[in-house]
Amino acid sequence: MKDFRYLAGVSTLVLHPEVCVGCGSCALVCPHQVFAVTGKKAAIIDLDGCMECGACALNCPVDAISVTPGVGCASYIIQTWIKGKDADIQCC
Amino acid sequence: MLETTVENDGCGCAGSAKKCLPPLPMFQPEPDNAPCCGAPPGPPSSPDERPGYRLCSFVERFVETQGGMVPQVKTCLGPGDWLGSLRARLGISRDRYRIAPGLYSVGAAGVDSPVLVTANYKLSFDALRRELAGVDAWILVLDTRGVNVWCAAGKKTFGTDELIRQVQRTRLEGIVRHRQLILPQLGAPGVAGHQVRRNCGFSVIWGPIRARDLKNFLAADQEAGPSMRQLTFSVLERLVLIPVEISLIVKPSLWVLLAIFALSAIGPQFSMMLAWQRGLTLALAYGVGVVSGAVAAPLLLPWLPWRSFYLKGLLTGLIGGLAAVVGLRVVGWDAVAMVLLSMAVSSYAAMNFTGATPYASPSGVEKEMRRGIPIQIAALVATVFLWVGGRFWI
Repeated sequence: MKDFRYLAGVSTLVLHPEVCVGCGSCALVCPHQVFAVTGKKAAIIDLDGCMECGACALNCPVDAISVTPGVGCASYIIQTWIKGKDADIQCC
Repeated sequence: MLETTVENDGCGCAGSAKKCLPPLPMFQPEPDNAPCCGAPPGPPSSPDERPGYRLCSFVERFVETQGGMVPQVKTCLGPGDWLGSLRARLGISRDRYRIAPGLYSVGAAGVDSPVLVTANYKLSFDALRRELAGVDAWILVLDTRGVNVWCAAGKKTFGTDELIRQVQRTRLEGIVRHRQLILPQLGAPGVAGHQVRRNCGFSVIWGPIRARDLKNFLAADQEAGPSMRQLTFSVLERLVLIPVEISLIVKPSLWVLLAIFALSAIGPQFSMMLAWQRGLTLALAYGVGVVSGAVAAPLLLPWLPWRSFYLKGLLTGLIGGLAAVVGLRVVGWDAVAMVLLSMAVSSYAAMNFTGATPYASPSGVEKEMRRGIPIQIAALVATVFLWVGGRFWI
């Protein structure tokens, strides 16, 4: 996956280290190796590798991670622009 | 003796270890209910058939469990499965290519066999079972509305609630002794492992991304190595996605072609012949744009410069458009219009491919769309202006 890098500095991923209990779930479920757990805390080691799938935030038992997950597909985003974020949108 | 039987039996299992039926005798007493005309009747109904249900060809037999009868599935795909995969890959009735959710078994699944969870998209189910030859396991299929694991996880149909629902509906706790579910790692955006355990007692183990790593994963005490957790997006993995991308473009293309021929008819004096020829020429530029953006850009993805897909598409569209005008020997404003159309279409098609990749973030896609779409619209407006206006200036 190292051949594929997407736009830098756009990810909405935020980790709150003071809440983190170091369970390592985020590092386990992340498909892009964005996290590393050292000692008793997780850290973001590759923010620009994040594709905002939301797996880490959902699997964090203490809600130490926030991210705006979504579908990274142009026709989907155009429909959200037209119909609004909460509309029922048919996509891939 | 055995060899003769294998050669002459005609039962289609020559060479296999199965025991064959002896050849039928030449003369048989006819049964009383023999039909008076037509071909002899086919085989009787399978004992597994039930009124109102249809037997699936991938089911070997049904096995009795604490939770009722469970279908045992084959681990090799038949011609019908391959044909179905091909149709789904081409985008034909893809949204209806699904199987019934619930519990299935593979091999001699027992109380200690692992439970593998997947989606009810038939392509996902087939990808899983074909990797399980020689494995004894349960397959728990969630109702993802016929969508693959990754996309369904994003929509939460491959989700915590659905997983808990299927565990309870299939009475899994009575079928297996352990309390573990193996999920594909790409299901994690939809399933909160800790909540599953809290609500139904089963703990979630994150398995490998790809089904083909499952055997090694199971052999390694359910431990996934780094390579099993690493996404890939090889040429072949990109290639199989292209037909669906094209199939999604076909329908809007009919309207575009209509507009192209209408625009090509506008001129100082109307000529059917000229309108037809010009229409074909511009339609070709459009086709080149589609191929540049939906075929060339995905295939050349890692080698094209820039990270934004709309820029990659502009580049392939430019090269494709130039090749088209050189090939057709079109010159002047018409040539410029054709190249611009190819670029606009290619840029949009490439931008749409972001959704099929496993690495584009929605925030990134939105950012590049805010830059790309104005450029694509400008190129399109310029195309119309030059294509129609050019006929009045010359």
